Amino acid sequence: MPHIAAPCSAMIDGLSDSVSQGESGRSTHYTSLASIGLIVLSTVSGAAAQILLRFGADAIEGANLIGIITNVPLIGGYACLAVNVVLVVLALRGGQLSILYPIVALTFVWVAILSQVYFQDVISIPKIAGLTLIVAGVSFIGAGSRS
Amino acid sequence: MTTPASSILLVLAASLLGSIAMALLKVGADRQRRTQPPLRWLSAVAAGVALFLVSSVLYVLGIKDGSLTILYPMVSTSYVWGLLWSRWFFDEPFNRNKIVGLTLVIAGVFFIGLSQG
Repeated sequence: MPHIAAPCSAMIDGLSDSVSQGESGRSTHYTSLASIGLIVLSTVSGAAAQILLRFGADAIEGANLIGIITNVPLIGGYACLAVNVVLVVLALRGGQLSILYPIVALTFVWVAILSQVYFQDVISIPKIAGLTLIVAGVSFIGAGSRS
Repeated sequence: MTTPASSILLVLAASLLGSIAMALLKVGADRQRRTQPPLRWLSAVAAGVALFLVSSVLYVLGIKDGSLTILYPMVSTSYVWGLLWSRWFFDEPFNRNKIVGLTLVIAGVFFIGLSQG
């Protein structure tokens, strides 16, 4: 599904609430180790998706449907995103946003490191400053969001 | 590698549309929970899925050219949109943490945009 699963996880959180309604309400003041493990895995799948999508995008030549369907990195990237969404939804069922959000924001860091490795992107001081601000901002948003 | 402004705009647009798609899914889920007629909630879900597709096409086109280290962080603007939709459509109030977070994310995106060249 979306490349933006993690950024929208507050709303996904609302979704998983709706979907799991009827279950004996989840704990709101406790984040299970399993949730933390799941969310860490979700950042790995999320970052892998970005790298695969980029390789896939590079290989796109015009609006050629067969070319897009047989574009292995592109399809692989979407598959990683699907896995990412499932992991985020599962993780959010057992944890507080204030703890899980800062971990989700690590995806930005993984993508920066992987882009340097695979695409020779330069990580400059402004980029590091920007990423630091974004990770801090996302952490604050997590802290301010209902869990 | 320079990142074209058009790529940045495509990723920003994809993030905006994606956050609207997510809000539509939530509208659909809420309607389903309130046991509204299938057509009511399914139409919201269908609109959300359709917007996701549009969003993902824009996103892939957006990251085709330029640095992923500049383009991917632009996705964090979805957090900002998500907070606005939550406030406007789902009556989740702002608080100090959210406002601080929102400001930091926007400042961060600004820095990343400036890191060009």
